Amino acid sequence: MSVSQPITVTVNGDRKTAEVEPRLLLVHFLRETLRLTGTHIGCDTTHCGACTVLVEGVPVKSCTMLAVQADGQQVTTVEALAAGGTLHPIQAAFKQEHGLQCGFCTPGMMLTSIALLQEKPDPTDEDIRWALSGNICRCTGYMNIVKAVRSAAAQMKAAAAVPAATAAARS
Amino acid sequence: MLPAPFEYHAPNTMDEALGLLDELGEDAKVLAGGQSLIPLLKLRFASPAHLVDINKIKDLDFLEERDGMLRVGPLFRHKSAERSSLLASRYQVMADAAPQIADPIIRNRGTIAGSVAHADPSGDWGTVLLALDADLVLRSRSATRTVKAREFFSGPFSTALQPTEILSEIRIPAARPQTGGAYLKLERKVGDFATVAVAVHLQMEDGKVGSAGIGLTAVGPQNIKAGQAEAALRGASLDDTTIKEAAALAAEAAEPTADQRGSVEYKRNVVRVFTERGLKRAYERARGGG
Amino acid sequence: MAVETPLKGNIGDSIRRKEDDRFIRGRGNYVDDIALPGMLHMAIHRSPFAHARIKSIKTEAAQAVPGVVAVVTGALLAQHKLAWMPTLSGDTQAVLATDKVRFQGQEVACVVATDPYVARDAAALVEVDYEVLPAVVTPQQALEPDAPLIRDEKDGQTNNHIYHWEAGDKAKTDEAFAKADRVVSLDTFYPRCHPSPLETCGIVADVNSATGHATLYMTSQAPHAHRTLFAIVAGLPEQNIRIISPDIGGGFGNKVPIYPGYVVATAASLLIGKPVKWVEDRSENLISTGFARDFHMSGEMALSNDGRILGLRVKLLSDNGAFYADAQPTKFRAGLFHIVTGSYDVAAAHVEADGAYTNKAPGGVAYRCSFRVTEASYLIERLVESAALEMKMDPADIRLKNFIKPEQFPYMSATGFEYDSGDYPRAMQVALDKLGYQSLRQEQAEKRKKGELMGIGVASFTEVVGAGPGKHYDIAGLRMFDSAELRVHPTGKAILKLGVKSQGQGHETTFAQIVTEELGIPAADVEVQEGDTDNTPYGLGTYASRSTPVGGAATAMVSRKLRDKAKRIAAHLLEASDADIEFDQGKFFVRGSPAKSKTIQDVAFAAYTNLPDGMEAGLEGVTYYDPPNMTFPFGTYLVVVDIDRGTGQVKVRRMVAVDDCGVRINPMIVEGQIHGGLTEGFGIAFMQLITFDEEGNCLGSNFTDYLLPTSWETPRFEMGETVTPSPHHPIGAKGVGESATVGSPAAFVNAVIDAVAHLGITNIDMPVTSDKVWAALHEKGAAE
Repeated sequence: MSVSQPITVTVNGDRKTAEVEPRLLLVHFLRETLRLTGTHIGCDTTHCGACTVLVEGVPVKSCTMLAVQADGQQVTTVEALAAGGTLHPIQAAFKQEHGLQCGFCTPGMMLTSIALLQEKPDPTDEDIRWALSGNICRCTGYMNIVKAVRSAAAQMKAAAAVPAATAAARS
Repeated sequence: MLPAPFEYHAPNTMDEALGLLDELGEDAKVLAGGQSLIPLLKLRFASPAHLVDINKIKDLDFLEERDGMLRVGPLFRHKSAERSSLLASRYQVMADAAPQIADPIIRNRGTIAGSVAHADPSGDWGTVLLALDADLVLRSRSATRTVKAREFFSGPFSTALQPTEILSEIRIPAARPQTGGAYLKLERKVGDFATVAVAVHLQMEDGKVGSAGIGLTAVGPQNIKAGQAEAALRGASLDDTTIKEAAALAAEAAEPTADQRGSVEYKRNVVRVFTERGLKRAYERARGGG
Repeated sequence: MAVETPLKGNIGDSIRRKEDDRFIRGRGNYVDDIALPGMLHMAIHRSPFAHARIKSIKTEAAQAVPGVVAVVTGALLAQHKLAWMPTLSGDTQAVLATDKVRFQGQEVACVVATDPYVARDAAALVEVDYEVLPAVVTPQQALEPDAPLIRDEKDGQTNNHIYHWEAGDKAKTDEAFAKADRVVSLDTFYPRCHPSPLETCGIVADVNSATGHATLYMTSQAPHAHRTLFAIVAGLPEQNIRIISPDIGGGFGNKVPIYPGYVVATAASLLIGKPVKWVEDRSENLISTGFARDFHMSGEMALSNDGRILGLRVKLLSDNGAFYADAQPTKFRAGLFHIVTGSYDVAAAHVEADGAYTNKAPGGVAYRCSFRVTEASYLIERLVESAALEMKMDPADIRLKNFIKPEQFPYMSATGFEYDSGDYPRAMQVALDKLGYQSLRQEQAEKRKKGELMGIGVASFTEVVGAGPGKHYDIAGLRMFDSAELRVHPTGKAILKLGVKSQGQGHETTFAQIVTEELGIPAADVEVQEGDTDNTPYGLGTYASRSTPVGGAATAMVSRKLRDKAKRIAAHLLEASDADIEFDQGKFFVRGSPAKSKTIQDVAFAAYTNLPDGMEAGLEGVTYYDPPNMTFPFGTYLVVVDIDRGTGQVKVRRMVAVDDCGVRINPMIVEGQIHGGLTEGFGIAFMQLITFDEEGNCLGSNFTDYLLPTSWETPRFEMGETVTPSPHHPIGAKGVGESATVGSPAAFVNAVIDAVAHLGITNIDMPVTSDKVWAALHEKGAAE
């Protein structure tokens, strides 16, 4: 066993400090050390994307990053999405459009989708399929996942438009 | 699959990193994007005693044209290449290749330099650099040297890079007017390594080929530069006969082996077909189309 | 803003899934999410060789690693009579190898440690001295007279042959062939693939040394059957075993068998007295757990000059790996492969099947399939394609000509299946219309003139799902019934407990809807529970598309049972006679006076507060449903492809899928099942392959080599439906989880063949990869 090192990672807004072996994968730090089990493991070879989390807002396969590499960084997992109990539009859309079946790929799919929508608020179906092509789903055939992302995009646009409209009405 | 134990170092400066490499020698591996290295650690195909993570070093993530060169920093990531308007307008072979690397999430972390240093014969960037006739700057604690891409690769996962060196910059001759490129990749699905890929970089002068660069992926023990095909194109007008001839020469330069992705004959044929298609696409782009 | 009235959840309502709330929050509870106090971790040392004699096993180095608690070998298990275990096909399988290893990846030793990383470190230090033996990697090799004997430990086993099995009428079939104008034949190989649910298999075994109670959290599609088998294998009293199958991250058949890892983890927990977790990694999942297919098939079809199918003759050679561990009903040695006459009215058919041991992983699970119906459907649909080519008939026309006609149902097939219902021409027509078949045929003709390759593939599958009846179908002797227990509480809310087990199919929603339909309790008020053997009635589990046909029928029947009692309570409340009470949409009323009614909630309250004299309190019941027959879903799939002559790449341009699975309980969920099944069929047709080199090394041992389709490659599906209810199912449903995986591979392959048949190419075996397509074109001088 190698010497453990202290790390401090801000996970879902909370600063978490731990002593970890350098070889500990970020996904195990999240799942085992912090017991945030919403991030799943589906393969060993960086193919399936079930372990996708956001590191500094960017989707990363947490099985292909060391926990020590996350020292000093912000990590977002699925557990952060329903802040204050209200579902994130992507969560609501995955349910509404039946974008999940067994649920195992779902956290990774949603986090990748959120990053996509931040970069491209109005993606085409092709954009969505391209962006999600590093996340494997074995159940849905992707049809309803694409629909869910499209629908979340529409919701988020509408929600963004509301405060602007309200502000305009006031002025 | 879980990695074997190792010591982890995260230096804050390049000097510190080079000092560590100097001290640790062959026991250390440089960790950049980690998208090839960490899977190898997990499968225990590689078990270095030390990892030197260069991600904390500032100013390594750059792409800039300066002094007649396009310069790529060691932490410039695939995703940035994919989104670069500079590459899309002037270095299309790179712009074409970027979105075909692995998958979108891997591209978020993986780096061009890391991929080149890893030197997988099925890797894409080495081929692109061969077509672009790039120089690689290799830096150690005591010296900095520059190696041509075509002299850098020496076999599967094997390069001129010494354990004490870091690939500190990739230098590509700045694109001149009437330049076009293309990267065609045959993969079985997103995230697969290439069955075959061909990189083409064309620079036209007065309606004739000024210079041509052709690189081949996954058809030999290392990324291959199709020198004879390049030579046949130089100074020629790009008609169907020339294209066919160059494509045939590129196919001859390939040294594929048969595997689950296909037979020797098949892969050689795809090299030929892709070289033809790549030349046509690059030519069109050099003329301002596509 | 318009407010939508929430749907109550009747049959036909696409209500949103009840289970989703936890999954979208990352609050699912999968086996690997479970952590018990003091829990240890197990890792398996596996054989690098496909066939080798074990000379010695040294565990000292592994044992010496700090954190290692125990190293378990076959020798240790043998002391507890656990070195071997029975399989679901009546064979035996090594739990940990003692004498020989018989496939690459076979379990040899297990390390139990305080930390999963340490367990892995130590497992690599187990030293095994092997004498490598020649490997047998195909069933053809296996049956050669001088082939190495794989199962030399079995008394009386002198070669590698496992079984011979026949169905149909040989003499009658020979007669049909003698009368035939034309005979078409096809030799094809349905290669080995793997279900690969995104969650791998695993267990947390917690044996309490004080009480002897074993709680096993397991990735199990069949927890009750597994409990019984555990009781038999381990000799534990069945009442002391509790299997909990929590949320399952996909199954597709992979989680039907019992794997050595489960057994060793349980034994280790028993011996050590602490909980032990074993979760396999992906490579372990691919190289050692239930594979699928691996069928070598030869079909011959006898035809009349006008394109009528007169007879069918099929020979099958199955590759069963090192242990005959297929998950299938006992009587049927090649599963339900004899459904091979498919959707066609074939008067005479004969099937001969033989199986062989090879040095490959055992399993033979029905991957999203009802016991080998996938292979059968593939063979007949490919053969009909060959017949169309031979007869120069349109592939849709030849099918229409030979379909079992709607008026022929119930239809007795030549191999002994009684098809319940169907309207095949209608499903075909809906599909053809949706695709615009004729105009695509014109486009194809024009493209062909220009040398471009485009193909249209047709497949009209018939499935057989929903086993039992129990007198014909069993798993390891356990009859294939299934169960539902319904408890309606005083406030009118209910709990439904089932013997089946969802792996993502949406049972918590679908089965609640059956209760809604039958009793009028809104689906939101029906909690569905599954997967805990202490807490649910006995059932055979979820696979072979049997949950809705059997568990769903049980749910309808138990609801009706409670409704009958509820009627009597309502009669008491309404002061009427039992016979005069009618029920509609959750309300009980006296015939002719619907205004004066009692709701199911009123009645439920009365069941605990105000009962007629002499009636037992409560509104609860349980039903064990033994189906009178299987159900036979069907459909037509159409695929359009374009082929690149330079690379051989096949691009699926369109796919139309028309399914008839009888009555659709939740259409949204049904469509989702079909989408998923089509995608797996697409993957199997074009990329998913587990193959081996000559030494028996597995060449599909991780997702770098075992290719699963992503969102980018997967076709965009166009859906259609017809509804032909099952006449014997209480609500007319047939089951749908697997249809699309069964039916679609042939449609994809037929599309490719349709594009190249004019060049003289009549078959390309799956997976249809670009290099194979190019090689076929090249051979005919038609490649770029």
